[in-house]
Amino acid sequence: MRTRSPWPYLLIAPTVAGGAFLLLYPLLKATVISFQHFRMGELIRGGAAFVGLENYVELLSGEEFWQVLARTLAWTAINVVLIVGLATGIALMLPRLRRGLRLALMSALALAWATPIIAATTIFQWLFQSELGVVNWLLVTLGFDSFRGYTWFADGTATFAVLVILVVWQSVPFAALTLYAGLTTIPVELFESARIDGGTGWQVFWKVTFPMLRQLFALITSLEVIWVAKCFPQIWVLSQGGPGDATTTLPVYAFKVARVLHRYDLGSAVAMLTVVLLAIALVANLRRMVRS
Amino acid sequence: MRRLLLNASAVAVLIVTIFPVYWMFLTAFKPTRDIQSDTPTFWPASPTLDHFVTAVNAPGFWTYWLNSLLVTAGAVLIALLVALMAAFAVARMRWRGRGAFVVAVFAAQMAPWEALLVPVFIIARDTDLLDSLAMLTGVYFMITLPFTIVTLRGFLAAIPPELEEAAQVDGCSRLVAFRRVVFPLLAPGLMATSLFGFITAWNEFAFVNVLIIKDQDKRTLPVWLSSFRDVFGTDWGATMAAASLFALPVLLLFLFLQRHVGTGMTAGAVKG
Repeated sequence: MRTRSPWPYLLIAPTVAGGAFLLLYPLLKATVISFQHFRMGELIRGGAAFVGLENYVELLSGEEFWQVLARTLAWTAINVVLIVGLATGIALMLPRLRRGLRLALMSALALAWATPIIAATTIFQWLFQSELGVVNWLLVTLGFDSFRGYTWFADGTATFAVLVILVVWQSVPFAALTLYAGLTTIPVELFESARIDGGTGWQVFWKVTFPMLRQLFALITSLEVIWVAKCFPQIWVLSQGGPGDATTTLPVYAFKVARVLHRYDLGSAVAMLTVVLLAIALVANLRRMVRS
Repeated sequence: MRRLLLNASAVAVLIVTIFPVYWMFLTAFKPTRDIQSDTPTFWPASPTLDHFVTAVNAPGFWTYWLNSLLVTAGAVLIALLVALMAAFAVARMRWRGRGAFVVAVFAAQMAPWEALLVPVFIIARDTDLLDSLAMLTGVYFMITLPFTIVTLRGFLAAIPPELEEAAQVDGCSRLVAFRRVVFPLLAPGLMATSLFGFITAWNEFAFVNVLIIKDQDKRTLPVWLSSFRDVFGTDWGATMAAASLFALPVLLLFLFLQRHVGTGMTAGAVKG
């Protein structure tokens, strides 16, 4: 039954107002800017002129954008595969542990999850510090002598690797704890009957666990894709996209172009293309949400 | 044998997960000579509070701490109130446009915030809200809102409407029925959602960099911490003490509310 009462509309009014002023309007504005000649002068004086697709043409015809795009795809793929893989392993491990160990592991995951991004980034700078960093000490102690005084942040690949470790470390707890919570909603009888039928651990996972949690896996994977692809503060604080442009992903590139070069038009175009790419990743997820 | 392998890998994961946080606190309490020794020590032999004194006495620390707290708490409280209203409308009422509203909120959850830096800057400048904590609060409110609505709706949907109806039959008004019956049951949900909102706002780094430009007194802790490294250079003790002070409120809140977090996630994710 539908009510003709004004109440529901009054209740959502603040949400709609906030969304219109701080989300929809900026989004439209960013779209418009990406079709304009909008630099330092236009930002101060106003009166930007429309240039059609010029910014997009400049972007897509240059080599840099494609390199950044390829790097972003690699960055996202590597991180998401590691995050979902490790999180699944941990989530399956948790219910099999003794109570004490399980609680300890869950608390540890919660602590890693709750550590603020900038604090965690600062910690990783310290862990991978060249002279006094504990990682280099550990590697040398284990016999990898070439890591004595190794400067991680001078080499593109090494910086990229440190960032992957940081982001995976930060992201696994959310995924693992969510999957574990989902796992606890599956009736125990299902596992028992699968075991009685002689299923191996691997078979039970693919025949029982995974199908039951398919939606949750889809949700987590698409959330992680979006978060990892958009990830900005870690990269900016740790490396500012460097050394060279070894860790410049799309959001870092957009920020650099706008903030450092004052090319707000080009920055908006980069941001818009990122949005389109993420929207593609999102469609599957959104369709699922609408269905339910 | 399987048991041993399982426990060993659990302990390995535990160590890797906890070590960075432990190392932060440990370094913060170590005397400088221990930090700069060739072989690291893994236990606080002679703990000191010197580094915390350095961090706290650094210019602006208390101002930024207070700014962060005000902006974060403000954004979370407003988001909770606004989201509760919207979630109630969605979970308990039938109205034209409800489906479209739900889809819009889901879509907004994935909002491309990084793409909005320049326009939000322009809005702030044109409304004279640059360098103001109010604008920052507004932005953080909007960033946390969609997700707060989705999660609260999940929790509300789990509470049978019959409970409210029974209270209304007993003579309570709809509002009183909500406050007396639903609100207490919703408490864990409110705690879990506010925790997620708190973390998001406490962490925010990009917008504060763009919206606070001239007035240094309006900066927040994430910006302060990221510039602290440049100011203090190789003083890792002070840097880790500063990071500890930054992380502490969230860590405490999280450990305190941990029980509700798992259910919060599934309420938001599965029941959608």
